[in-house]
Amino acid sequence: MIDLKNLTIKKAHEHFSKKDFSARELAESYLKNIESKNPEINAYLEVYDDVLAQAGEADKKIASGNFDVLTGIPLGIKDNILIDGKKATSASKILAGYVAPYDATVIKKLKAQSAVFLGRTNMDEFAMGGSTENSAFGVVKNPLDISRVAGGSSGGSVAAVAMGGSLGALGSDTGGSVREPAAFCGVVGLKPTYGGVSRYGLMAMGSSLDVIGPVTKTVTDSEILFDAIKGADKMDSTTHSLNSNLKSLNSKTIGVPYHILEQEGIDPEVKKNFNDSIKKLQDLGYEIKDIKLPNIEYSLAVYYIIMPAEVSSNMARFDGVKYGLHVEGGKNLLEDYLKTRGAGFGPEVRRRILIGTYVLSAGYADAYYNKALMLRQKISDDFKKAFAEVDVIATPTAPCPAFKIGEKSDPLSMYLADIFTVTANIVGIPAISIPSGTVPAGDKNLPVGLQIMAPHDHEPFLFDLGKKFLGE
Amino acid sequence: MITTEDIKHLAELSRMEIPEGEMEHLAKEVDSILGYVSQITGATGDMSREVPALHNVMREDTPENTPREFTEKLIANAPSHQGDYLKVKKILGGNSDDII
Repeated sequence: MIDLKNLTIKKAHEHFSKKDFSARELAESYLKNIESKNPEINAYLEVYDDVLAQAGEADKKIASGNFDVLTGIPLGIKDNILIDGKKATSASKILAGYVAPYDATVIKKLKAQSAVFLGRTNMDEFAMGGSTENSAFGVVKNPLDISRVAGGSSGGSVAAVAMGGSLGALGSDTGGSVREPAAFCGVVGLKPTYGGVSRYGLMAMGSSLDVIGPVTKTVTDSEILFDAIKGADKMDSTTHSLNSNLKSLNSKTIGVPYHILEQEGIDPEVKKNFNDSIKKLQDLGYEIKDIKLPNIEYSLAVYYIIMPAEVSSNMARFDGVKYGLHVEGGKNLLEDYLKTRGAGFGPEVRRRILIGTYVLSAGYADAYYNKALMLRQKISDDFKKAFAEVDVIATPTAPCPAFKIGEKSDPLSMYLADIFTVTANIVGIPAISIPSGTVPAGDKNLPVGLQIMAPHDHEPFLFDLGKKFLGE
Repeated sequence: MITTEDIKHLAELSRMEIPEGEMEHLAKEVDSILGYVSQITGATGDMSREVPALHNVMREDTPENTPREFTEKLIANAPSHQGDYLKVKKILGGNSDDII
């Protein structure tokens, strides 16, 4: 029996090199784990039927001696990332039956290394949510406490890793969708620099905010997956190649915007854990500086204007004509649109389309959308100034540990869980959530995350600090 | 204050049929969210929009695919098609005028 609990991507690769076990044996172990755990956790929407064939190809490569660090590594892929010939639905009814006609760039890169795709993971519909309660196919339960959410929107990808259902996974992060669930389930979640990873083949939600990011057990693994998927891509004109000279740099000074921890709604236990983490970083030799980000208080409002505006445009493509669901009974094309979109989209997607339409409509665009764009600039300027003084900025990842399923029934209270994460997407900078211990919640102790943000393209800062923090 | 009439109008603009029974609840939710994000209207100071560091990258408008490379896959995803054409209902005449 392979010890999956303590296995990492790095260790599995070493085991393959030493012929301790094959990619096929590893894939079989994961399939067995998924079979026993997924019915309860609901992390996977589909487990692929060609997993062992994929693993067989990886084994051939391993036998040849010429193989890559991700060869034979079993991964879960969020249901909004396209794999040629596989279903992809973004956990929405409106994409029922959709089969991806091509590989996303990240998938192409992983296939080149012969990684093994186990299946597609559950999520909030079109990545809109922070708990996967908006999935059309049921909530993902937190593997550490099944009465609680796994977080979202990449809840399936994170729960897959946390339950021992994959060695790593890809999620997407528009406002915290990789980091928040990673914090809730005690794993590592990275939101790369905007444009650092190609969005080609990722279903669009907020196009100026979206980025694909890895979910892993360790920071070392996060770096391995990130290195595999990053880079400029001619199919996504917003991508750029990262400056490799940064690799040797280490961060020394950490900025903490203590003023934002004074806001209402932050669990005192989370604050206590955060202060302990800062103490630990100090002990590791980092200099801590109290910094001010004067416009950060507007981040969440700015995010919940820009994101729905982009959502309302991106969701226009789902019309019941080109792909997915088509609801019968309309008298003409317009009625077909109305019926298909009315039946195909879930409540949260509909809400965001309505809000986006409102903030973009004549008479309101200046007060909402255009004002939000100006504030986005000001928030970016605040970070630029802060990064002149400090190397990285630390906050908690989320204001609370994983909450109970059904607890946040009011959409606005759900949005407030994104308070620390949305800023990195607004500014476009990289951010990582690393497990920082547990806090009491109900009758259990549940994990929380420490979020570290760095300037554009400075992912190496995050990996370096993260490894030191976790003792890797 | 967002009313059910506003929701009806927004739903029409965004081409979504929303059941009458959900209108009132939606109006309340949308109103509370817009109420929260409205705090940005209070932000003052030097407001300007700069050109972002990332800009659109143009490329030659030439076919990148071989003929029919994706045709079958794309057509197969359409709910209704005839040969290589997507089938839709008529857009002129009938009752469509009073909705548009």
